[in-house]
Amino acid sequence: MRTRDLRLLIGIIIVVVFCAWVAWPNNPGIHFLGINRDIELRQGLDLQGGTQVLLEADVPATQQVTKDQMDAARGIVENRVDALGVVEPNVQLVGDRRMMVELPGIKDPDEAVDAFKGTGLLEFIDAGTTYLRPGTDVTTTQGQAAGGDAAAATPAASPAATEAQPAATLAATPTADGASTPAAAAQPTTEAQATATPAASPTPEERVYTTVLSGKDLKTAGVVLNPQTNQPNVSFTFNPEAAKTLSDFTSNNVGRYLAIVLDKKVISCPVINSPIPNGEGVIEGQFSLAEAQGLAVQLKYGALPIPLKVVDRRDVGPTLGQDSVARSVQAGAIGLVVVLLFMLIYYRLPGLLADLALLTYALVTIAIFKLVPITLTLPGVTGFLLSVGMAVDANILIFERMKEELRHGKSLSAAVEAGFSRAWTSIRDSNLSTLITCVILFWFGSTYGASTVKGFAVTLFLGVAVSMFTAITVTRTFMRATLAASGDSLRDKHQLLGI
Amino acid sequence: MDIIGKRKWYFVISAMLIIPGLIAIGISFSRWGTPFRLSIDFTSGSLLEVQFQEKVQPGQVRAIVEGLGVVDPTVQTVGDGRTVVIRSRPIEAETKTAIEAGLEQELGALTERRFETVGPSVGREVTQAAALATIAASLAILGFIVFAWRKVPNSMRYGVCATVATLHDILVTLGFFSIMSLVLGWEADALFLTALLTVVGFSVQDTIVVFDRIRENVPKRRGEPYELIVNRSLLETLHRSLATQLNAIFIIIAILFFGGATIKQFVAVLLVGMLSGSYSSIFNAVPLLVVWEKGELTNIFRGPRRQPATQ
Repeated sequence: MRTRDLRLLIGIIIVVVFCAWVAWPNNPGIHFLGINRDIELRQGLDLQGGTQVLLEADVPATQQVTKDQMDAARGIVENRVDALGVVEPNVQLVGDRRMMVELPGIKDPDEAVDAFKGTGLLEFIDAGTTYLRPGTDVTTTQGQAAGGDAAAATPAASPAATEAQPAATLAATPTADGASTPAAAAQPTTEAQATATPAASPTPEERVYTTVLSGKDLKTAGVVLNPQTNQPNVSFTFNPEAAKTLSDFTSNNVGRYLAIVLDKKVISCPVINSPIPNGEGVIEGQFSLAEAQGLAVQLKYGALPIPLKVVDRRDVGPTLGQDSVARSVQAGAIGLVVVLLFMLIYYRLPGLLADLALLTYALVTIAIFKLVPITLTLPGVTGFLLSVGMAVDANILIFERMKEELRHGKSLSAAVEAGFSRAWTSIRDSNLSTLITCVILFWFGSTYGASTVKGFAVTLFLGVAVSMFTAITVTRTFMRATLAASGDSLRDKHQLLGI
Repeated sequence: MDIIGKRKWYFVISAMLIIPGLIAIGISFSRWGTPFRLSIDFTSGSLLEVQFQEKVQPGQVRAIVEGLGVVDPTVQTVGDGRTVVIRSRPIEAETKTAIEAGLEQELGALTERRFETVGPSVGREVTQAAALATIAASLAILGFIVFAWRKVPNSMRYGVCATVATLHDILVTLGFFSIMSLVLGWEADALFLTALLTVVGFSVQDTIVVFDRIRENVPKRRGEPYELIVNRSLLETLHRSLATQLNAIFIIIAILFFGGATIKQFVAVLLVGMLSGSYSSIFNAVPLLVVWEKGELTNIFRGPRRQPATQ
């Protein structure tokens, strides 16, 4: 055996040991190499259950959404999701105006989605002597936090509307109902209707309420239980400056209503009984505990710079996920064992070496999955298993070639070398076509965040790439080592070689 | 063994495989305007899968869902009859909660297994991306084939034959899916496209292995008739083709029968496509090379074989 091969063999053994260590740090006794590990890898939502939501900036298509706004929104959503106690959430921007949120293993996806998608703009408005029923939609003097952009778009379009119909001005304040589009402003009547419809409120007259304070002045927020009713309430503390404003306002307006409004919807409308001196207070609403927590989270991390809406959502229940994992492991184990047996029976000694290379392949791939790390989805597991088939394909090509060369009377070692070198072009070209397909699939999956498609493309690509190394380099090294150990005594043992 | 000699029969078999699928595609087109039903990935809409304790009737479920104001839902039971898939236009999370509450009230406790909703804009974009991906994949593979054979005489010919074989596989796969769509209500989703493109990759891979051997044998055996060289190359690679296919099929069948429920269609498409791929590379792509070489393209099915003038 040449020293180069010896070095390679030692190198391969080191890699295998390392990968084995990576692949299973906890349970070294598992028999089906690798396969049991992929279930403990980072599992996609379809395997562990969870929710995937695609959010889109809820503004007219003509309105620009800046990268800064999306980044800021992402940060806020991320904070909110973290605060909800989701383990390993993933929030990423997709394209210019979309955001993908993944919540693995979440129990109550509806509550969670409500909590992070809401804009979370809290306002305290001067309701004067009017009692506003909770649930009423109101218009306030405060634009949404996106006001910078939206307001800039408005003036140019609205003067006509302002003269014709005062209500149109209110609509021009972006109320997330799309009324601020220039096209709508050109037709005052329609616009007025558009405003009236969402505000199907008990207050018949359109009125702009003065915003006294908003959520951006909050220092902190949390959930407290009302000691009397045990009802969850949301407590808040304003920063000193805002506390002063609140104190002044409440001193001057005792006996009147101070409505608390979230995203332009009244959530509670208390009477000011006495001045509030320290900027602390409690919002008493009809909240469930989860709703109260969601609201507190929204308030704590501030309002989104742009409103978001859900455009795509996928929930996978934990039972379906567990079922998928159990079945994938079973399918993978059965498939792998059949392939290993086939190679062993059909190709005998080389088949055994190919099996070893295949196991090496499985270990290396899984180690890569864990190290990168790559999130495994159900199609991803399929891609991995398919690549197992590809991995043996290279060996089959080589061994068939080898057998041919042997039949033509070449010596064993010459036949082995010829098998490897001649089969190489086929292996390279044929794998390239699959790799090209993978790249395109990956692009397709990434453009709209289809983690299933992406997962498949990634695992298949990695699998094919790794298999080109294991099926060729590893098998060849094993082969040379075996030849060196046994000398030419193998030459006539055709049964062993599967001829 | 003379495989190439019986070439016209292989084309007949291929036609028999493709024609029923084409008919199904035609029927689907007249019904839905698409070659098969499309899933909410492309059309947008909502899908809710719930599992009850007891068997339920789809009609009952449909009536309850419709009673809650959902327009024109479709309800399908799957598997054991306890699991129900409800499809509709996009619904809000609140509607979903209402549906679940309504169903629980009438039909007993249930567990939500899956809920997917795709907005119209996303559906449109996915469709566009899918079209782009398909075009890009076709161009890339075609370019790759031409590149791989650039040093062989008549390289275009190899490229075209490989492409024809790939088209064959696409047609077989589409036809199969269309039939399943008519019979079992299968819907094409993003994963279907993934399976289709993967089939394309594999099909080319199979063809390349055989072509590679022809590429190697042609200069080695000058003077031998082309037909003989091709037949020899085919036989030489037959073991490999069968062994590889067997392995891939073992794995796919294992996933199909024992694997996760949500990817059954995906895996079935892969299986059919790969079977078609190995057939077409041996029995279409390679014989087609010979047909072309012998100038039989126009008269292969015509009467007793006349010796072509050109060789």
